[in-house]
Amino acid sequence: MSEGQQPQTFVRKALARAAGLPSVAVGQVVDARPDVVLSHDNTAAIRRIWLEFGQARLWDASRLAITLDHAVPAPTTKHAQNHAEIRAFVREQGIRNFFEVGRGICHQVLSEEAVVLPGQCILGADSHTTHFGWLGAFGAGIGRSEVATLWATGELWLRVPETMQVTLRGALPLGVTAKDFALRLIGDLGADGGIYYAMEFSGDGIRALSLESRMVLPNMMAEFGAKSAYIAPDQAVFDYLAPRYAARRAYREGVVLTAEEAQAAVSADALYPDAGAAYAAEYVYDAASLEPYVACPHSVDLVQPVSQMTGTVVQQAFLGTCTNGRLEDLAAAAAVVRGQRIADGTRFLVIPASSQVLQAALNLGYIQTLVDAGAVIGVPGCGPCMGNHMGIPAPGEVTISSANRNFRGRMGTAQADIYLASPAVVAASAVLGRIGDPREVAGEGVTL
Amino acid sequence: MKLIQGRAWRYGDNVNTDVIFPGKYTYTLTERDDIAKRALEDLDPTFAANVRPGDVIVAGRNWGCGSSREQAATCLVYNGVGAVVAASFSRIFYRNALNNGLLAIVCPEAVAAIQPGEQVTVDVDRLVVGCAAGEFSFPPLSPSIMGMVEAGGLVAYVKRKLAAP
Repeated sequence: MSEGQQPQTFVRKALARAAGLPSVAVGQVVDARPDVVLSHDNTAAIRRIWLEFGQARLWDASRLAITLDHAVPAPTTKHAQNHAEIRAFVREQGIRNFFEVGRGICHQVLSEEAVVLPGQCILGADSHTTHFGWLGAFGAGIGRSEVATLWATGELWLRVPETMQVTLRGALPLGVTAKDFALRLIGDLGADGGIYYAMEFSGDGIRALSLESRMVLPNMMAEFGAKSAYIAPDQAVFDYLAPRYAARRAYREGVVLTAEEAQAAVSADALYPDAGAAYAAEYVYDAASLEPYVACPHSVDLVQPVSQMTGTVVQQAFLGTCTNGRLEDLAAAAAVVRGQRIADGTRFLVIPASSQVLQAALNLGYIQTLVDAGAVIGVPGCGPCMGNHMGIPAPGEVTISSANRNFRGRMGTAQADIYLASPAVVAASAVLGRIGDPREVAGEGVTL
Repeated sequence: MKLIQGRAWRYGDNVNTDVIFPGKYTYTLTERDDIAKRALEDLDPTFAANVRPGDVIVAGRNWGCGSSREQAATCLVYNGVGAVVAASFSRIFYRNALNNGLLAIVCPEAVAAIQPGEQVTVDVDRLVVGCAAGEFSFPPLSPSIMGMVEAGGLVAYVKRKLAAP
């Protein structure tokens, strides 16, 4: 903080950086120039809008990142045509950060590939672009016309939001996860509790979270109405990103970096809120007061402790998505189902969030354990989360899911119920055939 | 800006984009008419067949929460919806609406007063929503955002900007 300036929240610093201004005020509308512009299967539709501008070349192809993830591999000819149109566009414009079918879900892949770095600004045609707050970036979802505009001009108006600070004190109890914390927060304050806010998570409970658990919180803040969400990046974040950044630059650009250069590059723009910054709202949670929760149909804020819902019969359990399809999520599920069988009348669908998650889960034996128990493994991608790909429920069926949304009709039919929970609760429910607490299923000494 | 006049389609809080325009259609429907027909399919199956140009959607808090899909706004535009008046909007829907020339008016007082099906007016020059219970004022949009809406939305606005010398 320079002398004479009032203490600032993260989002003020990040949007000042993105707009090329020395500082910005809350409520100010700025023209932001994002470092990364994300799109996925919607890229072909965005291209059709962009063509209206009459440009032959993108303003800056190096800022685009495109992942095919929403319906992969293509389930119909129409979806295949959509993918083909995107590949042709990628070739024509020389877009280097393009990730094919099966590589994984955009937010997971761009994290694994260190496409987005701490302090940077990413805008994406996907509401869960808030995700990148896990590594200390400003991420926000925007619409297709806005992405087309960014492709053409590189800049877009953003209003500098107020900031809500949420502090987690203490370590999460056994069997309680970042997902449970997110559900509790949304349940307490409502699906619009964070509307228009930038979120900042802080406290020793946040610092103690694994990197994969940290990813859950900013991701879920899309369901809270938040514009963006932030966790202060520490050395663990830089250590995660540096080798991945070096590997991507080498593979995609032929640029060779030393380990020191990669560390310097990924931490160069990191931003931290000033002590004494003004928050429009502040909440403090004691981790010890949290328990496993489920969000009930048809809204993410209809949150109940798992213990209140254990009679609900489920026909499908779905583990995956950008919220909870990572290695530690598959590990938790494997720990729960080890030596057990999926209940008769229940299907257990597991879709790793990326090819790297799938490979690691294969190497560590989690996939073997899950398949032994009767799970079905899907191709890394978004799966049936938004009703676009395999694993769609029938009318009248009940799904328990590790995803982020349980809106009516979300998974394809308005006549299905969706409950949201942590990976361990989803796996326990698959074994029990009804919503269940993982502590009912797993043996003594199992780490959930 | 013209005066908007039409019937009120009244809905509640936290209406999400999946019921405004289901995700399963997002990569398969590309034509205006096809998109228009699916508007509000899982919220109000009577809407698409009966909505008339100029009609106004009147909703509670957090209208349009969920996905960033722009069809949640364009499916209303393609049906000729004149404006959405809500107690509050999900931020991405709000942007998508304005970016497609669809007025998104924050006016909780009007929302509380308006009855389903009644005649509603939205007067952008005078910044009031009118209904049987009276007139309710709403805050102005910034001149640059209003300019974009009046240009027909973001794409038309940017086209004009790029063409300018």
